[in-house]
Amino acid sequence: MATTKMGFIIKSLPYKTEASRLAMTHAIASQTVEIYLEDGDMVEPVVCFIGDGVLNCLKNQATAKHYDITSIEMHIRNSLLLDLKVLYCKEDLDRFGIKEDALIMDAEELGGETKAQIVPYSEIQKEMDSVNHLQFF
Amino acid sequence: MGKLTMGVFPGLVGSLSLDFSVKLAEAAVKKGHTVDYWVSSNATMLSKKGQRSFKDYSTLYKTLEELFKTGNFKACACEACAEARGFHKEDLMEGWIRKSMDWYLASSFDADRVLMIGGE
Repeated sequence: MATTKMGFIIKSLPYKTEASRLAMTHAIASQTVEIYLEDGDMVEPVVCFIGDGVLNCLKNQATAKHYDITSIEMHIRNSLLLDLKVLYCKEDLDRFGIKEDALIMDAEELGGETKAQIVPYSEIQKEMDSVNHLQFF
Repeated sequence: MGKLTMGVFPGLVGSLSLDFSVKLAEAAVKKGHTVDYWVSSNATMLSKKGQRSFKDYSTLYKTLEELFKTGNFKACACEACAEARGFHKEDLMEGWIRKSMDWYLASSFDADRVLMIGGE
């Protein structure tokens, strides 16, 4: 039995490129990875939004209305529903003047209990130090 | 010898990042390592058969064909990314497989190194 911890660090703007969406879909794919692994083995993702990437975390995204595609918001909510650890960088949110009430903090409407966390960059650094593999999107 | 898992996202034409990733995979295999090579997003173009060689554009499929022959190189394309771009199973170059993203994470599970080369 072993766990490989993977950090998905998102610093890209939403919708300008596919990067942040790919980060989320790859992180969510950890939920089905067991079909390839031995019993008890698992991949544990942690998703961190830093820099411009915190703009992915704004709620009320209207992507379905304007582009007819799934929003990053829905991917974040699905991540929380699946109990993924999701961290937002406090300093970068402050830099943009974004308050907590403007952010996707939970997936309560989907029945999720896990909440996103606003943390100082030092906490994100600790997460990055703790993972086996880091990936920047 | 070690195992390197690469996640690669840039397109075949438009940057040289994809070229770099293939060169790196080639160098790793030549050193005796095994490489799992995952392409997602625009990089799925690399898995399409029927590519032609032009002097002005990269010709990576020839290197891939040689890598497949070594037995130490596996390449997998994101099925959804490929389908979204109009590449279907019958368009896949010999040697490639198509899976969902969990293939990449599973490969990362026991990799000695994981390297992600992001897209544009």
